[in-house]
Amino acid sequence: MSTFVPPKHDFPLLVNREPIVYLDNAATTQKPEVVINALVGYYAQNNANVHRGVHQISDEATGMFEDARKTVANFLNASTPDQILFTRGTTESLNLVAYTYAPLVLNDKRTVLITEMEHHSNFVPWQLICECMGAKLLAVKVNSDGTLNLDHFRELLRSQRVAIVSITHVSNVLGTINPVREIIDLAHENDAKVVIDGAQAAAHLNINVQDLDCDFYAFSSHKMYGPTGFGVLYGRAELLHEMGPWQGGGEMIKHVSLEKTTFQDPPHKFEAGTPDISGAVGLAAAIEYLAQQQSQGLDEYERHLLSYATESLLEIDGLRVIGTASEKSGALSFLVDGTHPHDLGTLLNEQQVAVRTGHHCAIPLMEALGIPGTVRASFGLYNLKKDVDRLYEALKTAIRILRK
Amino acid sequence: MLHDLEEIQESIQFLSDWEDKYSYILELGDSLPGIPESDRRPEYLVEGCQSNVWLLTDYDSREDTLSLQMDSDAHIVRGLIAILLTVYSERSPQEILSFGITDFFDELDLLKHLSPIRGNGLRALIQKIRSVASQYHS
Repeated sequence: MSTFVPPKHDFPLLVNREPIVYLDNAATTQKPEVVINALVGYYAQNNANVHRGVHQISDEATGMFEDARKTVANFLNASTPDQILFTRGTTESLNLVAYTYAPLVLNDKRTVLITEMEHHSNFVPWQLICECMGAKLLAVKVNSDGTLNLDHFRELLRSQRVAIVSITHVSNVLGTINPVREIIDLAHENDAKVVIDGAQAAAHLNINVQDLDCDFYAFSSHKMYGPTGFGVLYGRAELLHEMGPWQGGGEMIKHVSLEKTTFQDPPHKFEAGTPDISGAVGLAAAIEYLAQQQSQGLDEYERHLLSYATESLLEIDGLRVIGTASEKSGALSFLVDGTHPHDLGTLLNEQQVAVRTGHHCAIPLMEALGIPGTVRASFGLYNLKKDVDRLYEALKTAIRILRK
Repeated sequence: MLHDLEEIQESIQFLSDWEDKYSYILELGDSLPGIPESDRRPEYLVEGCQSNVWLLTDYDSREDTLSLQMDSDAHIVRGLIAILLTVYSERSPQEILSFGITDFFDELDLLKHLSPIRGNGLRALIQKIRSVASQYHS
């Protein structure tokens, strides 16, 4: 193991709710004290509406809000902060692309490609917009080990007129890290734009949108130690300029008259109404906190912890890991012969181990793999080897009870 | 086979260890008549449960009783269904609607995480049974 020491004591909930072992981090992460303090501090000291006040506090709030945009731009290595749009989360970010960019390029001769391992949030918006535009929606197949079938991807790129490829960076069920760099290159060679769902990547991987050369990148604050209800969409500047507004209202306009309304430039064109200012402040604090942890060796520690967990659980008789790609991050899904995931989840909960069971908002993936669901343990930066040991012991007890 | 409600209550209160309580609930699940695979049709699935739960109902207007067939693919849920069946089966719609199911499970001294009212998936089933009962309740 690396020298990284998981800072469990930075997280009030984990201390307050001991002895619960929290292994549902792919659903949402707990919040460190610095993030909670940033939220409280903002409301106690700096709360005012942004971009429109003549007074001092509004200036401060505007400064904090736009500084957060710069922090996010740095986090993603975006070339300018005006390519960073604030949203309510990954789901809203993906819907924004589907509803404002896709209509510019889709028609009855074009195709949108997703994959069988997408979360419903990167599935349903495309289904809706494709229906609307008469476009085709096709899914790249997943291999039985949980990797993407790249041959199938290449074949679809050849046989279809693909306008958009939208794909998850890391699978929320399998933990597979997709080779997005290669996927983006292949898509661009075929004149398709690429949208990356980074919901499961943001807390675990270093993301560099210039290096990836992706066209859009979406992620959520709450899955990376920031507040809930807040998220980000990175968009390539020229595409954001082409795209029309989505929601109308305050903030996003230049001038309004009955005849014609003119709009702000990106990013404000896409941010109708008073934004979640505290969300932006909280996310910026989370990004700084995460960067500190990464500078102390978090990435290596997380890789070690995931392999430790995988090796430990594989010692259990009849346990099968779902998703065995060589490149994985965050999530460990499994099934145990002769037991139902829901029963295992119930008995783990009884022993104060919090996991997720079910289809994980990825029903098409469950059908492709021919399984009803999984038990998923997913890890965060505060999880210890000891937490994995607790999971292992609790699982053995659960299986003993169920197999009696 | 149907269990006696008092027998279930006594057994659960007698068992102090959580593992034993679960083992007992699993045993109850084993005794549930269930629904054969071939009859587990999508139209009988109760939406909103965390595991798959099927419900078939049959109302006998002469006797004014509602008979229920229920099943689940999760074993613990089957056990809870067996308790529910003991409470609800062959009762009149009026009896089903007036029975305080929440209080019943509260008093049963099940484990606090296990009460069907606490959202382990049976809430939707209970609502469905009550809504069927209210259709036949004059």
